Amino acid sequence: MSPELFFQYLVAGITYGAVYAVVAIGFNIIYNSTGIINFAQGEFVMLGGMIAITFAQWLPLFWAISAAVAITMLIGALMELCCIRWLRNPGILQMLIITIGVSILLREAALHIWGEGIRSLPYFYGDAITAWTFGPVRLSPQVIWVLLACGCIVLALQAFFNRSALGREMRACAVNRTAASLCGIKTHNMVTLSFVLSAGMGAMAGCMISPITYTQYDSGASLALKGFTAAIIGGLGNSMAAVAAGLLLGILEAFSITVVPLAFQDAVAVTLLLLILFIKPHGLFGSSEAARLKAF
Amino acid sequence: MLGQIRTRLGAVVASVVLLQLLTTFTGTEYYLTQLTMSAYYGLLVIGLCALMGYAGQISIGHAGFFAIGGYLSALLTTYNLTPHAENSAIALLNQAGLLFTWENLYGESLLTFTPWAAALAALVCAALVALLVGIPVLKLRGHYLAMATLGFGTIIYRMALALPILGEADGIADVPGFILIPASLFGGEALMISGEGDFRIFNYYVAWAVVLAGLVLLMNLMTRSRSGRALRALHSSEEAAEACGVNTSRAKLQVFVLSAVYAALAGVLLTHFKGGIGPEEATVMKSVRYVALVAVGGMTSLWGTLFMGVGLSFLSLRGVFGSYDDAVFGLILLAVMLFAPGGLSQLNSHIPWRRLLPYRRA
Repeated sequence: MSPELFFQYLVAGITYGAVYAVVAIGFNIIYNSTGIINFAQGEFVMLGGMIAITFAQWLPLFWAISAAVAITMLIGALMELCCIRWLRNPGILQMLIITIGVSILLREAALHIWGEGIRSLPYFYGDAITAWTFGPVRLSPQVIWVLLACGCIVLALQAFFNRSALGREMRACAVNRTAASLCGIKTHNMVTLSFVLSAGMGAMAGCMISPITYTQYDSGASLALKGFTAAIIGGLGNSMAAVAAGLLLGILEAFSITVVPLAFQDAVAVTLLLLILFIKPHGLFGSSEAARLKAF
Repeated sequence: MLGQIRTRLGAVVASVVLLQLLTTFTGTEYYLTQLTMSAYYGLLVIGLCALMGYAGQISIGHAGFFAIGGYLSALLTTYNLTPHAENSAIALLNQAGLLFTWENLYGESLLTFTPWAAALAALVCAALVALLVGIPVLKLRGHYLAMATLGFGTIIYRMALALPILGEADGIADVPGFILIPASLFGGEALMISGEGDFRIFNYYVAWAVVLAGLVLLMNLMTRSRSGRALRALHSSEEAAEACGVNTSRAKLQVFVLSAVYAALAGVLLTHFKGGIGPEEATVMKSVRYVALVAVGGMTSLWGTLFMGVGLSFLSLRGVFGSYDDAVFGLILLAVMLFAPGGLSQLNSHIPWRRLLPYRRA
């Protein structure tokens, strides 16, 4: 493989990987607050892209994306308020199935609203063939946008969880819900907030990636699968490890094209997922001792 | 318990016969075709019910196992081996009686595996794949199986769509009938599982016989066998079961493999009945639909699941839900889990409107 090609694959891998990382963090936030895997995570990504595309017809791009993120956050909040919050002692299986049901309904709603067509946001800068040359590598400006946005999301979240009072309350809930509520934290609101945050992040990622990969009503499922794989590789619940895992997955997937046909690209992630579950179920960066202490 | 099972079994058999007589007398025998197909879906769904209700695990990949069964038996019974007939391995298979020669719609003579051999291969293959997916995943706590099976289902769907040998988007057609009773046995015509009009009533009863046999086997396993008791213990409390010496991950693995075999068997028989299979049978949405059917049937109730599975599959096959087919199943899944997680027979008592109903002592 020529060095040019190598770098090109690498850049493609990092771009996708950054999106997987954001989706994986979305999984982790909800997992930490409720103990479930939110199957509708991929649909948040799809909705973000779709809503932004619709608004982009009338609004400048920036406002279209902001509106899409805000609306998706609202949908995330509604999902929690309508389907999770009022349940009494919901079982994990029950909540899991509920998120599956919500994901189907969101997808079907998207199908009936936007149809089966493939859509995409315009490129944020230039168009599909604009490229900046850095030595041996040619980069689409969109790649820079994706990386910048994902980087900002990760840093902002890090700051939020470590610095702000609200973020610390959420972390307290993740560690021990009963203890947190005894300290006067409204744990229910923290769960809602976790859905809002995940939905917003998913929508943001959906907007960023839309010009490159396009958006379709059913494009959420495969992103969710990869985001989940990244979350598992990093160790469920560990957001910063998910970033490294997401990038790793993206790069592996990009290079896998040289070995397996494109049609089986999804299989790479799944194989990796099963392998990790087999060899090191608590993730490459997680410790099995910590996992044993978790309730779920 | 046993008496109750007998009564219910009798009731089901009676209603199956009654339905057939009803359609025959009203001249609506075409309903039997969809009822037969629904019965096969019912077989899959009761297998999944054992997994969800008793082992407390959820699989979103059962359409994948269905497709393994269907595609493998379709491939083995349509792939023409005549050009390789001289090959010693093929000749050996032929001598062992695993191959047969038949004529397809276009009068071509094909040398393929017999449906029996193909079905066996398909079931074994599904069981092995289930082991492969299940061993790593079921050792873990939590619901990793959901995502792992989702991934597995996606792979199977992609393979069905991408592999030329599986017919890509068209799937495999012209699958021969599955001869159950050869002509030589009683004289007269051979009886087979196929979609031809002459065999409609026969197929209807075959499907129900298979489903009920599957149901009885499952009930026996769940209530009488050692591993069934282990499973039920596991369902009430995993920790308690483990403390009693139940190997919980092995018990879960066993029921996962069993349910995969049920799904594959449904796939095999339905493919022979329909005379083909396409990639739409392998979609993730199909898997989710099966989960919805189990949920609405009440998770731990094999009877409820069978009833709901057959009923809703029938309505869906008749096209009652139109373009909202998938949405209806999503809505059912959500509504049942929100308001009646124990199935329709046990509506949540804390729902306000429940208090408007006549008072009943608990």
